[in-house]
Amino acid sequence: MNETIELILCGVGGQGILSVAQVLTLTAAEHGLACKQSEVHGMSQRGGTVQAHVRLARGIIHSPLIPAGRAELVVGLEPLETLRHLHFLKPGGTVVSSTVTVENLAEYPERDLVLAELERWPRHSLLDAEALAREAGNPRTQSTVLVGAVSPFLPFDVPLYLDVLERMFGSKGQALVEANRAAFALGRQHSLEVLSELR
Amino acid sequence: MLSEPLLGDEVVARAALDAGLRGAYSYPGTPATELLEYLQGSAEVAKGEVHASWSANEKVALEEALGHSLAGYRALVAMKHVGLNVALDPFVSSALTGSNGGFLVVVADDPGMHSSQNEQDSRVLAEFAGIPCLEPAEHQELYEAVQEGFSLSEDFRVPVMLRLTTRLAHCRAQVHRREPQPPRARRPLPERFEDWILLPVNARRRLGRLLETREKLMAHFDERAVSEVQEGVPGPLGVIAAGLGYAYFREHYPDPGSCPPHLHVRRYPLAPGALRALARKVDEVLVLEDGSPYVERALSGLLADPRVRVRGKLSGDLPRTGELTPELVGRALGFEGVPSRGPSMPLPGRPPSLCKGCGHADLFKALTEVRREFPGLFVTGDIGCYTLGALPPYQALQTCVAMGASIGMARGMADAGVLPVVAVLGESTFAHSGIPALLSALRGQVPMTVIILDNAAVAMTGGQQSLLSGEALLNLLAGLGVDPEHLHSLLPRPQDHAANVEVLRKALRHQGLSVVVAARECLQAARRRKRGLA
Ligand SMILES: Cc1ncc(C[n+]2csc(CCOP(=O)(O)OP(=O)(O)O)c2C)c(N)n1
Repeated sequence: MNETIELILCGVGGQGILSVAQVLTLTAAEHGLACKQSEVHGMSQRGGTVQAHVRLARGIIHSPLIPAGRAELVVGLEPLETLRHLHFLKPGGTVVSSTVTVENLAEYPERDLVLAELERWPRHSLLDAEALAREAGNPRTQSTVLVGAVSPFLPFDVPLYLDVLERMFGSKGQALVEANRAAFALGRQHSLEVLSELR
Repeated sequence: MLSEPLLGDEVVARAALDAGLRGAYSYPGTPATELLEYLQGSAEVAKGEVHASWSANEKVALEEALGHSLAGYRALVAMKHVGLNVALDPFVSSALTGSNGGFLVVVADDPGMHSSQNEQDSRVLAEFAGIPCLEPAEHQELYEAVQEGFSLSEDFRVPVMLRLTTRLAHCRAQVHRREPQPPRARRPLPERFEDWILLPVNARRRLGRLLETREKLMAHFDERAVSEVQEGVPGPLGVIAAGLGYAYFREHYPDPGSCPPHLHVRRYPLAPGALRALARKVDEVLVLEDGSPYVERALSGLLADPRVRVRGKLSGDLPRTGELTPELVGRALGFEGVPSRGPSMPLPGRPPSLCKGCGHADLFKALTEVRREFPGLFVTGDIGCYTLGALPPYQALQTCVAMGASIGMARGMADAGVLPVVAVLGESTFAHSGIPALLSALRGQVPMTVIILDNAAVAMTGGQQSLLSGEALLNLLAGLGVDPEHLHSLLPRPQDHAANVEVLRKALRHQGLSVVVAARECLQAARRRKRGLA
């Protein structure tokens, strides 16, 4: 089967969207998929809009970019940024987003309006990544919470993610690995509950 | 051996190491920065087998790499597109000296200006210098191109350009690696040093040789390209695709059997035989290329066939500026886009901004306050994180043109009577190209103020170490001849605001040249440093 998965990841510079991308592509590689992951580096990493295009497939991947209307998943660490990238989503695609706003602009729209707009999309899993990261024991694991929240929508086995997290954080101490595992589990749990309602 | 997922920049670094690289030089600049960063993190550099260092600017970096090549080793220099403007002088002349050890000039263009002050196409400059240029479409081809580039450079004894664009440089993918080679044995120094002494008498001879080499290269490339013309499914439309244009083309024709007749352009100078062979099969050709309409323009001369219509950026089938996208290429190929739907509410943009607590912000606050006392004050800016001070809420800078340009432009304005005038730039930008400008303003006794923001890091490009900071910077300024009375230092932080306003006031009141160094470590660099120590 020609398994192809396309995801748009987005957020605000400094939030760690590239590490979400890294966990996902390394996990996909373990699963045996080739990857192409386009990243934004440079200027916008200073608190601007940041996005990554992640394309995973069994065969050759040509384009580094995902065309509009083609992504299965739009995954955001910040709700306004998630909205900004919704045009990439294909009909029937899923939105996974943190609801925690980063209001570093002059006129941030009303938070309730932003969230209401996200909820209009038929398939969505919205979560407070900050609260869940704190619950996991380390507020800096928000990006791993999001990885957990995406995981039920992807065909990779959970141990593959956990191995990758271990590889990425192992050198920084076991406590950090544990916090990331907990963050992953909390994010995943949230989306599993959402999924059971969607079905 | 399959690699881990690597950025395009990292693929170049990995491939160069595997091909026996011995020395690499660079000045940071998006999207090229990660090449040298990867080398510096490599085992080969840690073991001392390979040299990799940041240079003061791209001109210096290119000369260092050229010296390494002259010494007989494989060498590379890496930079962003505008860096090549800075290095243009030795770049063009290095085409005349030629190379000894394989010499690769890696240039990353930024179509669409994701992180740049302009859009320019380095293929034009490779042609300007008369050297070959390789332009891969994807990662595996990129890996192979590095190896090919070194061999070409050694076989034809010319520097070889490797052109990347942002989407290749900053896309991650795995590549199949070849068996790594140890750094190549040193090639003997040239027998005739006249080839490297570009006095007119020698340079004329070398130019003749360069033109001959170019002919040979063209024939060499043409031979390969003719066999690469793809018959495809016969039809009126043929496609000539270079670099990412080819990747986007194949995205729309994933099955090689379904493609229209096409030619994938990977090397320059262009292969006239191959281009003509393709054109003979079709009524019109669509040119897909990222950057300027470089191939498209060349085609009108090369084809010399009024029967064949050439479509591309000049014909309006593709936009003249910005980067290619799969959607744009699809439309030019006649595919309908997939309908997509965004949110119904308007979304405010999110421009980049200074980090919370950044010392640059404290300096801009102080500058904004004294500004009220000096009506007509003009502030020339420069390139770095502090350029963000041009945006609200500070709006403190009135220009941003090229690395180091703040000082020269301020002097020009002062000479024209626009006073008072202040130049604001970072310490890395100052080291890159501000020093000669300050020297000239000092000798001209120009009344102006130069503010150097010394955060001890090349922050905008990810916090590489600065070559000129702290004591060394102050000593250099004194040595250049800045009057000690008018050389001020300040610490840009909130609790020193009043004192800093006073320092700026004093500097601005001075009728001659004054320099203010605002020194406080970049927050991000400090955080990384502490994490490194912990
Ligand atoms: C010719 C050229 N080379 C490189 C760059 C990339 N670049 C942009 S800003 C910058 C340096 C900024 O360092 P500094 O002046 O110390 O300011 P900071 O960002 O630390 O505030 C560089 C290298 C460029 N724009 N132009």
